[in-house]
Amino acid sequence: MIRKSGAFILFLASCIVVFCFTLLHAYLLHDKSIDKIALSKGLVRDLALTDLCIFTEARYTRHPSMADLHTPFQDHPTAMEHFPSGSLLQPPAHLQSHGMD
Amino acid sequence: MEWIEKQRNVLDFTLSSILRRKSKNIALFVVFTAMVFLLASVLFFTGAIKKEASQLLRAAPEIVVQRMQAGRHTLMPLTAVDTISAIRGVSKVEGRLWGYYFDPVVGANYTLIAVKDALPGTMVIGNGISRARGLYKDDMMTFRTYLGDNTAFMVSEILSAESELVSSDLMLISEQDFRNLFGMKEGLVTDLSVTVKNSRELATIAQKIADILPDTRPIIRDEILRTYEGAFDWRSGIMVVLLSGSVLAFVIFAWDKGSGLSAEERREIGILKAIGWETSDVLLMKFWEGAVISLSSFLVGITLAYLHVFFASSVLFGPALKGWSVLYPHFRLTPAIDFYQVSALFILTVMPYITATILPSWRASTIDPDAIMRS
Repeated sequence: MIRKSGAFILFLASCIVVFCFTLLHAYLLHDKSIDKIALSKGLVRDLALTDLCIFTEARYTRHPSMADLHTPFQDHPTAMEHFPSGSLLQPPAHLQSHGMD
Repeated sequence: MEWIEKQRNVLDFTLSSILRRKSKNIALFVVFTAMVFLLASVLFFTGAIKKEASQLLRAAPEIVVQRMQAGRHTLMPLTAVDTISAIRGVSKVEGRLWGYYFDPVVGANYTLIAVKDALPGTMVIGNGISRARGLYKDDMMTFRTYLGDNTAFMVSEILSAESELVSSDLMLISEQDFRNLFGMKEGLVTDLSVTVKNSRELATIAQKIADILPDTRPIIRDEILRTYEGAFDWRSGIMVVLLSGSVLAFVIFAWDKGSGLSAEERREIGILKAIGWETSDVLLMKFWEGAVISLSSFLVGITLAYLHVFFASSVLFGPALKGWSVLYPHFRLTPAIDFYQVSALFILTVMPYITATILPSWRASTIDPDAIMRS
Protein backbone atom coordinates (compact mmCIF):
# COMPACT_ATOMS: atom_id res chain seq x y z
CA MET A 1 0.00 0.00 0.00
CA ILE A 2 1.24 3.48 -0.87
CA ARG A 3 2.56 5.55 2.04
CA LYS A 4 0.68 8.71 3.01
CA SER A 5 3.73 10.81 2.13
CA GLY A 6 3.89 9.12 -1.28
CA ALA A 7 0.22 9.86 -1.94
CA PHE A 8 0.70 13.50 -0.93
CA ILE A 9 3.80 13.94 -3.08
CA LEU A 10 1.85 12.43 -5.97
CA PHE A 11 -1.01 14.86 -5.32
CA LEU A 12 1.36 17.83 -5.12
CA ALA A 13 3.19 16.75 -8.26
CA SER A 14 -0.08 16.43 -10.17
CA CYS A 15 -1.12 19.91 -8.98
CA ILE A 16 2.22 21.28 -10.23
CA VAL A 17 1.79 19.47 -13.56
CA VAL A 18 -1.73 20.92 -13.99
CA PHE A 19 -0.43 24.38 -13.10
CA CYS A 20 2.38 23.97 -15.64
CA PHE A 21 -0.24 23.00 -18.23
CA THR A 22 -2.01 26.31 -17.58
CA LEU A 23 1.30 28.11 -18.24
CA LEU A 24 1.75 26.11 -21.44
CA HIS A 25 -1.85 26.89 -22.41
CA ALA A 26 -1.21 30.60 -21.81
CA TYR A 27 1.92 30.42 -23.97
CA LEU A 28 0.19 28.56 -26.83
CA LEU A 29 -2.88 30.81 -26.73
CA HIS A 30 -0.67 33.87 -26.83
CA ASP A 31 0.58 32.85 -30.27
CA LYS A 32 -2.92 32.02 -31.46
CA SER A 33 -4.30 35.35 -30.22
CA ILE A 34 -2.06 37.40 -32.53
CA ASP A 35 -4.64 37.18 -35.34
CA LYS A 36 -7.48 38.07 -32.99
CA ILE A 37 -5.60 41.08 -31.64
CA ALA A 38 -4.67 42.17 -35.18
CA LEU A 39 -8.34 41.98 -36.24
CA SER A 40 -9.52 44.10 -33.31
CA LYS A 41 -6.59 46.47 -33.66
CA GLY A 42 -7.49 47.01 -37.33
CA LEU A 43 -11.02 47.90 -36.27
CA VAL A 44 -9.71 50.33 -33.64
CA ARG A 45 -7.48 51.99 -36.26
CA ASP A 46 -10.09 52.12 -39.05
CA LEU A 47 -12.92 53.42 -36.87
CA ALA A 48 -10.67 55.62 -34.68
CA LEU A 49 -12.00 53.92 -31.54
CA THR A 50 -10.80 55.13 -28.17
CA ASP A 51 -12.29 52.68 -25.66
CA LEU A 52 -13.06 49.07 -24.87
CA CYS A 53 -16.68 48.02 -24.94
CA ILE A 54 -17.11 46.71 -21.40
CA PHE A 55 -19.67 48.84 -19.54
CA THR A 56 -22.33 50.07 -21.95
CA GLU A 57 -24.84 51.57 -19.54
CA ALA A 58 -23.60 55.19 -19.42
CA ARG A 59 -21.48 57.31 -21.73
CA TYR A 60 -18.76 57.87 -19.14
CA THR A 61 -18.51 54.12 -18.48
CA ARG A 62 -18.70 53.21 -22.18
CA HIS A 63 -16.03 55.76 -23.09
CA PRO A 64 -14.16 56.48 -19.85
CA SER A 65 -11.21 58.02 -21.68
CA MET A 66 -13.56 60.63 -23.16
CA ALA A 67 -15.23 61.49 -19.85
CA ASP A 68 -15.04 64.98 -18.36
CA LEU A 69 -15.35 66.16 -14.77
CA HIS A 70 -19.10 66.66 -15.07
CA THR A 71 -20.27 63.45 -16.71
CA PRO A 72 -20.60 61.33 -13.56
CA PHE A 73 -23.04 63.92 -12.19
CA GLN A 74 -25.11 63.70 -15.37
CA ASP A 75 -28.12 65.88 -14.60
CA HIS A 76 -27.50 67.42 -11.22
CA PRO A 77 -24.37 68.78 -9.55
CA THR A 78 -24.93 66.78 -6.36
CA ALA A 79 -26.44 63.69 -8.01
CA MET A 80 -25.06 60.49 -6.57
CA GLU A 81 -23.20 58.05 -8.76
CA HIS A 82 -25.93 56.10 -10.50
CA PHE A 83 -24.15 53.18 -12.14
CA PRO A 84 -22.21 50.52 -10.21
CA SER A 85 -19.52 50.41 -12.92
CA GLY A 86 -18.46 53.86 -11.78
CA SER A 87 -17.20 52.21 -8.59
CA LEU A 88 -15.00 49.87 -10.61
CA LEU A 89 -13.46 52.55 -12.77
CA GLN A 90 -10.97 55.19 -11.81
CA PRO A 91 -11.23 58.70 -13.28
CA PRO A 92 -9.55 58.93 -16.71
CA ALA A 93 -5.83 59.75 -16.76
CA HIS A 94 -6.28 63.14 -18.41
CA LEU A 95 -8.53 64.30 -15.58
CA GLN A 96 -6.03 63.16 -12.99
CA SER A 97 -3.18 64.98 -14.74
CA HIS A 98 -4.90 68.17 -15.94
CA GLY A 99 -7.32 68.44 -13.09
CA MET A 100 -9.70 71.00 -14.52
CA ASP A 101 -10.74 69.85 -18.00
CA MET B 1 18.92 9.31 1.09
CA GLU B 2 18.69 9.17 4.85
CA TRP B 3 17.62 12.80 4.91
CA ILE B 4 14.83 12.12 2.37
CA GLU B 5 13.67 9.09 4.37
CA LYS B 6 13.53 11.22 7.52
CA GLN B 7 11.47 13.89 5.74
CA ARG B 8 9.08 11.23 4.45
CA ASN B 9 8.69 9.74 7.91
CA VAL B 10 7.92 13.14 9.40
CA LEU B 11 5.54 13.86 6.50
CA ASP B 12 3.77 10.52 7.11
CA PHE B 13 3.32 11.43 10.75
CA THR B 14 2.18 14.97 9.87
CA LEU B 15 -0.41 13.71 7.41
CA SER B 16 -1.78 11.27 10.02
CA SER B 17 -1.94 14.16 12.47
CA ILE B 18 -3.79 16.34 9.91
CA LEU B 19 -6.24 13.51 9.16
CA ARG B 20 -6.98 13.11 12.90
CA ARG B 21 -8.31 16.72 12.84
CA LYS B 22 -9.93 16.16 9.46
CA SER B 23 -12.92 18.53 9.56
CA LYS B 24 -10.90 21.47 10.92
CA ASN B 25 -8.17 21.06 8.33
CA ILE B 26 -10.58 20.50 5.45
CA ALA B 27 -12.35 23.75 6.42
CA LEU B 28 -9.00 25.51 6.47
CA PHE B 29 -8.02 24.06 3.08
CA VAL B 30 -11.34 25.18 1.55
CA VAL B 31 -11.09 28.73 2.95
CA PHE B 32 -7.41 29.03 2.00
CA THR B 33 -8.12 27.76 -1.53
CA ALA B 34 -11.08 30.13 -1.92
CA MET B 35 -8.93 33.06 -0.82
CA VAL B 36 -6.13 32.25 -3.26
CA PHE B 37 -8.74 31.61 -5.98
CA LEU B 38 -10.37 35.02 -5.50
CA LEU B 39 -7.13 36.98 -5.32
CA ALA B 40 -5.58 35.11 -8.25
CA SER B 41 -8.76 35.55 -10.32
CA VAL B 42 -8.59 39.32 -9.79
CA LEU B 43 -4.87 39.33 -10.66
CA PHE B 44 -5.33 37.21 -13.79
CA PHE B 45 -8.36 39.16 -14.98
CA THR B 46 -6.89 42.61 -14.44
CA GLY B 47 -3.50 41.58 -15.85
CA ALA B 48 -5.08 40.11 -18.99
CA ILE B 49 -7.53 42.93 -19.66
CA LYS B 50 -4.88 45.59 -19.07
CA LYS B 51 -2.52 43.87 -21.48
CA GLU B 52 -5.24 43.45 -24.12
CA ALA B 53 -6.36 47.07 -23.68
CA SER B 54 -2.82 48.35 -24.12
CA GLN B 55 -2.31 46.22 -27.25
CA LEU B 56 -5.61 47.27 -28.84
CA LEU B 57 -5.65 50.93 -27.90
CA ARG B 58 -2.16 51.47 -29.25
CA ALA B 59 -4.04 51.84 -32.55
CA ALA B 60 -6.34 54.55 -31.14
CA PRO B 61 -6.13 58.12 -32.51
CA GLU B 62 -2.97 59.94 -31.40
CA ILE B 63 -4.95 62.97 -30.28
CA VAL B 64 -8.72 63.38 -29.92
CA VAL B 65 -9.88 66.99 -29.75
CA GLN B 66 -13.24 67.67 -28.16
CA ARG B 67 -15.03 70.97 -27.75
CA MET B 68 -16.34 71.85 -24.31
CA GLN B 69 -19.20 74.24 -23.59
CA ALA B 70 -20.56 74.94 -20.12
CA GLY B 71 -18.67 71.96 -18.76
CA ARG B 72 -20.08 69.55 -21.29
CA HIS B 73 -18.75 68.00 -24.45
CA THR B 74 -20.37 69.68 -27.43
CA LEU B 75 -20.21 69.45 -31.23
CA MET B 76 -17.09 70.60 -33.03
CA PRO B 77 -17.29 72.88 -36.12
CA LEU B 78 -15.36 71.49 -39.10
CA THR B 79 -13.57 74.86 -39.43
CA ALA B 80 -11.33 73.62 -36.60
CA VAL B 81 -9.91 71.04 -39.03
CA ASP B 82 -8.14 73.79 -40.98
CA THR B 83 -7.00 75.56 -37.82
CA ILE B 84 -5.41 72.38 -36.42
CA SER B 85 -4.00 71.27 -39.80
CA ALA B 86 -2.06 74.55 -39.93
CA ILE B 87 -0.07 73.60 -36.81
CA ARG B 88 3.43 72.48 -37.76
CA GLY B 89 3.87 68.75 -37.21
CA VAL B 90 0.22 67.77 -37.75
CA SER B 91 -0.15 65.32 -40.64
CA LYS B 92 -3.89 64.56 -40.68
CA VAL B 93 -7.06 65.85 -39.02
CA GLU B 94 -10.34 64.01 -39.44
CA GLY B 95 -13.78 64.59 -38.01
CA ARG B 96 -15.32 61.73 -36.05
CA LEU B 97 -19.07 61.44 -36.16
CA TRP B 98 -20.36 59.24 -33.39
CA GLY B 99 -23.01 59.14 -30.69
CA TYR B 100 -25.30 56.94 -28.64
CA TYR B 101 -28.72 55.51 -29.33
CA PHE B 102 -30.91 54.10 -26.58
CA ASP B 103 -32.93 51.15 -27.75
CA PRO B 104 -36.11 50.98 -25.63
CA VAL B 105 -36.93 47.46 -26.90
CA VAL B 106 -34.10 45.84 -24.94
CA GLY B 107 -33.09 48.84 -22.82
CA ALA B 108 -29.56 48.92 -24.21
CA ASN B 109 -27.29 51.73 -25.39
CA TYR B 110 -25.61 51.42 -28.75
CA THR B 111 -22.62 53.38 -30.04
CA LEU B 112 -23.35 54.69 -33.54
CA ILE B 113 -20.45 55.66 -35.78
CA ALA B 114 -20.67 57.23 -39.23
CA VAL B 115 -18.31 55.56 -41.68
CA LYS B 116 -17.45 56.64 -45.20
CA ASP B 117 -17.94 53.32 -46.99
CA ALA B 118 -21.40 52.46 -45.57
CA LEU B 119 -24.31 52.39 -48.00
CA PRO B 120 -27.30 54.59 -47.03
CA GLY B 121 -30.07 52.53 -45.39
CA THR B 122 -27.70 49.79 -44.30
CA MET B 123 -25.74 49.19 -41.13
CA VAL B 124 -22.97 46.99 -39.83
CA ILE B 125 -23.60 45.87 -36.25
CA GLY B 126 -21.51 44.45 -33.44
CA ASN B 127 -22.02 40.89 -32.31
CA GLY B 128 -23.46 42.05 -28.97
CA ILE B 129 -26.31 43.89 -30.71
CA SER B 130 -26.94 40.90 -32.93
CA ARG B 131 -27.24 38.72 -29.83
CA ALA B 132 -29.37 41.18 -27.82
CA ARG B 133 -31.82 41.95 -30.62
CA GLY B 134 -31.68 38.66 -32.49
CA LEU B 135 -30.63 40.52 -35.64
CA TYR B 136 -28.82 38.79 -38.48
CA LYS B 137 -27.69 39.71 -41.99
CA ASP B 138 -30.48 41.24 -44.14
CA ASP B 139 -32.75 41.79 -41.11
CA MET B 140 -34.28 45.25 -40.63
CA MET B 141 -34.16 47.36 -37.48
CA THR B 142 -36.27 50.44 -36.90
CA PHE B 143 -34.90 53.61 -35.29
CA ARG B 144 -36.70 56.66 -33.98
CA THR B 145 -35.23 59.84 -35.44
CA TYR B 146 -34.87 63.17 -33.62
CA LEU B 147 -38.17 64.23 -35.21
CA GLY B 148 -40.00 61.19 -33.84
CA ASP B 149 -40.30 59.47 -37.22
CA ASN B 150 -39.35 55.88 -37.74
CA THR B 151 -36.57 54.90 -40.08
CA ALA B 152 -35.33 51.40 -40.83
CA PHE B 153 -31.85 50.09 -41.57
CA MET B 154 -30.90 46.77 -43.04
CA VAL B 155 -28.11 44.74 -41.44
CA SER B 156 -25.46 44.33 -44.13
CA GLU B 157 -22.82 42.70 -41.96
CA ILE B 158 -22.15 41.57 -38.41
CA LEU B 159 -18.74 42.37 -36.96
CA SER B 160 -16.67 39.40 -35.94
CA ALA B 161 -17.32 37.88 -32.51
CA GLU B 162 -13.57 37.84 -31.92
CA SER B 163 -13.47 41.64 -31.90
CA GLU B 164 -16.28 41.97 -29.36
CA LEU B 165 -14.09 43.61 -26.74
CA VAL B 166 -14.04 46.73 -28.91
CA SER B 167 -17.07 46.29 -31.16
CA SER B 168 -19.88 44.60 -29.23
CA ASP B 169 -22.23 47.63 -29.19
CA LEU B 170 -21.10 49.30 -32.40
CA MET B 171 -23.45 50.25 -35.19
CA LEU B 172 -21.82 51.59 -38.34
CA ILE B 173 -24.00 53.68 -40.67
CA SER B 174 -23.46 56.20 -43.44
CA GLU B 175 -22.74 59.84 -42.61
CA GLN B 176 -26.01 61.02 -44.17
CA ASP B 177 -28.05 58.48 -42.21
CA PHE B 178 -26.26 59.56 -39.02
CA ARG B 179 -27.07 63.23 -39.62
CA ASN B 180 -30.69 62.43 -40.52
CA LEU B 181 -31.12 60.25 -37.45
CA PHE B 182 -29.82 62.75 -34.91
CA GLY B 183 -30.52 66.04 -36.72
CA MET B 184 -26.86 66.95 -36.79
CA LYS B 185 -26.15 69.80 -39.18
CA GLU B 186 -23.52 69.67 -41.92
CA GLY B 187 -20.30 71.32 -40.85
CA LEU B 188 -20.45 69.85 -37.35
CA VAL B 189 -18.79 66.68 -36.08
CA THR B 190 -18.63 65.00 -32.68
CA ASP B 191 -14.89 65.49 -32.28
CA LEU B 192 -11.64 65.40 -34.23
CA SER B 193 -8.88 62.83 -34.46
CA VAL B 194 -5.43 64.21 -35.08
CA THR B 195 -2.39 62.37 -36.43
CA VAL B 196 1.05 63.88 -36.00
CA LYS B 197 4.27 63.33 -37.93
CA ASN B 198 6.49 62.74 -34.93
CA SER B 199 4.93 61.01 -31.93
CA ARG B 200 7.45 62.67 -29.59
CA GLU B 201 5.77 65.99 -30.38
CA LEU B 202 2.33 64.81 -29.24
CA ALA B 203 2.31 66.72 -25.96
CA THR B 204 3.60 69.93 -27.60
CA ILE B 205 1.01 69.77 -30.38
CA ALA B 206 -1.76 69.02 -27.86
CA GLN B 207 -0.69 72.11 -25.91
CA LYS B 208 -0.72 74.21 -29.10
CA ILE B 209 -4.24 73.01 -29.93
CA ALA B 210 -5.41 73.95 -26.42
CA ASP B 211 -3.80 77.39 -26.81
CA ILE B 212 -5.24 78.11 -30.28
CA LEU B 213 -8.68 76.67 -29.49
CA PRO B 214 -9.20 77.42 -25.77
CA ASP B 215 -12.69 75.89 -25.69
CA THR B 216 -11.34 72.47 -26.67
CA ARG B 217 -9.55 69.75 -24.79
CA PRO B 218 -7.06 67.47 -26.49
CA ILE B 219 -6.84 63.89 -25.20
CA ILE B 220 -3.62 62.17 -26.19
CA ARG B 221 -3.26 58.42 -26.73
CA ASP B 222 -1.01 57.96 -23.74
CA GLU B 223 -3.80 59.29 -21.54
CA ILE B 224 -6.24 56.81 -23.06
CA LEU B 225 -3.75 54.00 -22.37
CA ARG B 226 -3.17 55.22 -18.82
CA THR B 227 -6.93 55.38 -18.23
CA TYR B 228 -7.13 51.65 -18.94
CA GLU B 229 -3.92 50.98 -17.05
CA GLY B 230 -5.56 52.53 -14.00
CA ALA B 231 -9.15 51.48 -14.63
CA PHE B 232 -8.59 47.89 -13.68
CA ASP B 233 -5.79 48.42 -11.27
CA TRP B 234 -6.33 45.70 -8.70
CA ARG B 235 -5.68 48.10 -5.86
CA SER B 236 -8.63 50.20 -6.89
CA GLY B 237 -12.33 49.71 -7.06
CA ILE B 238 -15.08 47.90 -5.33
CA MET B 239 -13.66 44.44 -6.03
CA VAL B 240 -10.71 44.96 -3.74
CA VAL B 241 -12.88 46.66 -1.14
CA LEU B 242 -15.09 43.58 -1.11
CA LEU B 243 -12.11 41.24 -1.20
CA SER B 244 -10.25 43.05 1.58
CA GLY B 245 -13.01 42.01 4.01
CA SER B 246 -12.56 38.37 3.00
CA VAL B 247 -8.76 38.70 3.18
CA LEU B 248 -8.97 40.08 6.72
CA ALA B 249 -11.39 37.31 7.75
CA PHE B 250 -8.99 34.76 6.28
CA VAL B 251 -5.98 36.29 8.04
CA ILE B 252 -7.80 36.13 11.39
CA PHE B 253 -8.96 32.57 10.72
CA ALA B 254 -5.55 31.36 9.57
CA TRP B 255 -3.74 33.16 12.37
CA ASP B 256 -6.09 31.68 14.94
CA LYS B 257 -5.74 28.20 13.48
CA GLY B 258 -2.01 28.45 12.88
CA SER B 259 -0.88 30.26 16.01
CA GLY B 260 -3.30 29.11 18.67
CA LEU B 261 -2.32 25.58 19.56
CA SER B 262 -5.18 23.53 20.93
CA ALA B 263 -4.76 21.55 24.14
CA GLU B 264 -4.66 18.38 22.04
CA GLU B 265 -1.85 19.76 19.87
CA ARG B 266 0.15 20.90 22.92
CA ARG B 267 -0.27 17.44 24.47
CA GLU B 268 0.87 15.88 21.18
CA ILE B 269 4.04 17.99 21.24
CA GLY B 270 4.61 17.05 24.90
CA ILE B 271 4.29 13.33 24.15
CA LEU B 272 6.61 13.58 21.13
CA LYS B 273 9.21 15.36 23.23
CA ALA B 274 8.80 12.80 26.02
CA ILE B 275 9.42 9.88 23.64
CA GLY B 276 12.59 11.46 22.36
CA TRP B 277 11.73 13.87 19.55
CA GLU B 278 14.09 16.83 19.32
CA THR B 279 12.74 20.39 19.16
CA SER B 280 13.99 20.53 15.56
CA ASP B 281 11.90 17.41 14.72
CA VAL B 282 8.79 19.02 16.17
CA LEU B 283 9.46 22.18 14.16
CA LEU B 284 10.03 20.09 11.04
CA MET B 285 6.68 18.38 11.60
CA LYS B 286 4.96 21.77 12.04
CA PHE B 287 6.71 23.10 8.92
CA TRP B 288 5.30 20.18 6.94
CA GLU B 289 1.86 20.73 8.46
CA GLY B 290 1.89 24.36 7.28
CA ALA B 291 3.37 23.42 3.93
CA VAL B 292 0.83 20.64 3.24
CA ILE B 293 -2.15 22.94 3.79
CA SER B 294 -0.77 26.12 2.23
CA LEU B 295 1.02 24.61 -0.78
CA SER B 296 -1.97 22.43 -1.73
CA SER B 297 -4.38 25.34 -1.30
CA PHE B 298 -2.15 27.68 -3.30
CA LEU B 299 -1.73 25.31 -6.23
CA VAL B 300 -5.40 24.28 -6.33
CA GLY B 301 -6.58 27.91 -5.87
CA ILE B 302 -4.36 29.37 -8.56
CA THR B 303 -5.25 26.63 -11.08
CA LEU B 304 -8.98 27.10 -10.40
CA ALA B 305 -8.52 30.87 -10.84
CA TYR B 306 -6.88 30.31 -14.23
CA LEU B 307 -9.74 28.05 -15.34
CA HIS B 308 -12.28 30.56 -14.02
CA VAL B 309 -10.83 33.58 -15.83
CA PHE B 310 -9.60 32.08 -19.09
CA PHE B 311 -11.97 29.14 -19.63
CA ALA B 312 -15.17 30.27 -17.89
CA SER B 313 -14.78 33.97 -18.87
CA SER B 314 -14.73 35.13 -15.21
CA VAL B 315 -18.28 33.93 -14.64
CA LEU B 316 -18.21 34.80 -10.93
CA PHE B 317 -17.14 38.40 -11.59
CA GLY B 318 -19.76 38.74 -14.32
CA PRO B 319 -22.49 40.31 -12.17
CA ALA B 320 -20.03 42.90 -10.79
CA LEU B 321 -18.49 43.69 -14.16
CA LYS B 322 -21.77 43.84 -16.05
CA GLY B 323 -22.94 46.74 -13.92
CA TRP B 324 -26.38 47.78 -15.04
CA SER B 325 -25.79 47.35 -18.71
CA VAL B 326 -28.02 45.16 -20.80
CA LEU B 327 -25.57 44.68 -23.60
CA TYR B 328 -22.47 42.98 -22.34
CA PRO B 329 -19.69 41.78 -24.60
CA HIS B 330 -18.81 38.10 -24.58
CA PHE B 331 -15.06 38.00 -24.76
CA ARG B 332 -12.41 35.49 -23.89
CA LEU B 333 -9.26 37.15 -22.65
CA THR B 334 -5.84 36.12 -23.88
CA PRO B 335 -4.04 34.67 -20.84
CA ALA B 336 -1.35 36.93 -19.45
CA ILE B 337 0.36 35.66 -16.30
CA ASP B 338 2.50 38.11 -14.41
CA PHE B 339 5.09 36.01 -12.53
CA TYR B 340 5.89 38.90 -10.23
CA GLN B 341 2.27 39.01 -9.05
CA VAL B 342 2.03 35.21 -8.73
CA SER B 343 5.22 35.20 -6.65
CA ALA B 344 3.88 38.05 -4.51
CA LEU B 345 0.67 36.09 -3.97
CA PHE B 346 2.71 33.01 -3.02
CA ILE B 347 4.84 34.98 -0.56
CA LEU B 348 1.83 36.74 0.94
CA THR B 349 -0.23 33.59 1.46
CA VAL B 350 2.02 30.54 1.86
CA MET B 351 4.93 32.06 3.80
CA PRO B 352 2.93 33.80 6.56
CA TYR B 353 0.87 30.66 7.14
CA ILE B 354 3.91 28.42 7.52
CA THR B 355 5.48 30.97 9.88
CA ALA B 356 2.27 31.25 11.89
CA THR B 357 2.23 27.44 12.25
CA ILE B 358 5.88 27.07 13.30
CA LEU B 359 6.25 29.94 15.80
CA PRO B 360 3.78 28.79 18.54
CA SER B 361 5.00 25.20 18.18
CA TRP B 362 8.54 26.39 18.74
CA ARG B 363 7.38 28.06 21.96
CA ALA B 364 5.51 24.91 23.04
CA SER B 365 8.35 22.56 22.11
CA THR B 366 10.89 24.44 24.24
CA ILE B 367 8.79 23.93 27.41
CA ASP B 368 9.35 20.91 29.57
CA PRO B 369 7.22 18.00 28.20
CA ASP B 370 6.06 17.08 31.69
CA ALA B 371 4.69 20.61 32.21
CA ILE B 372 2.90 20.52 28.84
CA MET B 373 1.25 17.17 29.51
CA ARG B 374 0.14 18.20 33.01
CA SER B 375 -1.27 21.60 31.86
